[in-house]
Amino acid sequence: MAVPEKGVKLLDFWMSPFGQRCRIALAEKEVEYEYKEEDLSKKSDLLLKSNPVHKKIPVLIHDGKSICESLIIVEYIDEVFPGKTNILPSDPYARSHARFWADFVDKKVYDCGSKLFKSKSEALEELNKEFICILKTLETELGEKKYFGDDAFGLVDIAFAPFTSWFYTFEALGLSVEKECPKLAAWGNRIMERESVAKSLHEPTKIYDLFCELRKKFVDA
Amino acid sequence: MSKSNVVLLDHWVSPYAMRVRIALWEKGVDFESKQQDLSNKSELLLRSNPIYKKAPVLLHDDKPLCESLIIVGYIDEVWPSPPLLPSSSYERATARFWADFIDKKFAEAATKLWRSARSTEELEAAKKEFFETLKQLEEFLGEKDYFGGENFGLVDLALIPFWSWFSAYEKFGGFKIESPKLYAWMQRCMERESVAKALPAQEKVLEFVCTLRKILGFDQ
Repeated sequence: MAVPEKGVKLLDFWMSPFGQRCRIALAEKEVEYEYKEEDLSKKSDLLLKSNPVHKKIPVLIHDGKSICESLIIVEYIDEVFPGKTNILPSDPYARSHARFWADFVDKKVYDCGSKLFKSKSEALEELNKEFICILKTLETELGEKKYFGDDAFGLVDIAFAPFTSWFYTFEALGLSVEKECPKLAAWGNRIMERESVAKSLHEPTKIYDLFCELRKKFVDA
Repeated sequence: MSKSNVVLLDHWVSPYAMRVRIALWEKGVDFESKQQDLSNKSELLLRSNPIYKKAPVLLHDDKPLCESLIIVGYIDEVWPSPPLLPSSSYERATARFWADFIDKKFAEAATKLWRSARSTEELEAAKKEFFETLKQLEEFLGEKDYFGGENFGLVDLALIPFWSWFSAYEKFGGFKIESPKLYAWMQRCMERESVAKALPAQEKVLEFVCTLRKILGFDQ
């Protein structure tokens, strides 16, 4: 019988905000891992075998066992690797609160944000309004706190952090996060001071370049 | 020290609310169920769930918790016995994955069957999706008694409420669900007091769905 390979591997795609969440969590816990970039137009056997249900990245493979879905991966990392920090608080109510807002980011931010990216100019104004509403809701939740996790950088910060590199592109689409949600923009700058975030996120201009390329191909064609 | 106060902003036909009822009864927690009129939402509901304005909401000592799987996770942490999640981190991640699958894939496909498929093509597509997700769930169940293995757990609790909706899915989907494995699992779950109490009769759910469909402009 084959012995499962020991160690941590992350099947990922450079631009995926969901993959970036996992990278941030692994860095926060100072876990050594092997990063494997996936070609999403030609998915590897390993990816298809590790995530047969959704066939998507990210997938964390730990000692041969695969864990899928970014927020589930992040909680798993928090449980299994003690590290110097906790990603989730210990109090059950605070944990549920964090899970609720991380789930909000999943349900609202990604959906609306990617619609914005793909939209034709006629739909832009309406989507902008919707997206600002979503961002303002998050800003209200952040309030005067340093992080969403209060003093501690935590699950919600990790869930939302990757989307900060989209802010520059939103600006090009007429949505200034700095102007509409200054507290959120300030939080975005603050988290970049953390090494785990700085090394996991890409230059906003790279995202913008890719966005322009994709728009030329699929929207303006 | 004040007595713990557990209130559920509830809705009898919601599979999501059923999950919470099952979890509370599994744990032997006393709670007050407040049925919500979702066509005329109460101040309490709107105040407790301002983001989504939906039931179920659990109020524990007046502190609100929203989103059924998050509520169930909370219940499991605050009242640990009997556990709904396994003790190994990997198995917990697996359970959470399948509960999430039920929400993202199964529930969505099921809803399309009765709620959004307006043309024959849309209905056929919805049926295909529904059966695909059922097949994946069946595969995961395998030869186990429960999705949780030997014990009733999170994934069982996440899925079983939809059993009360099966007559509605079959009627509006125009099919009969043939799955001896799943039926055996459902019967096993229905033998649990918490599940038998939480689920309404299929006929009542079907009646509800028929009425709702008329309101939505179907079956005129």
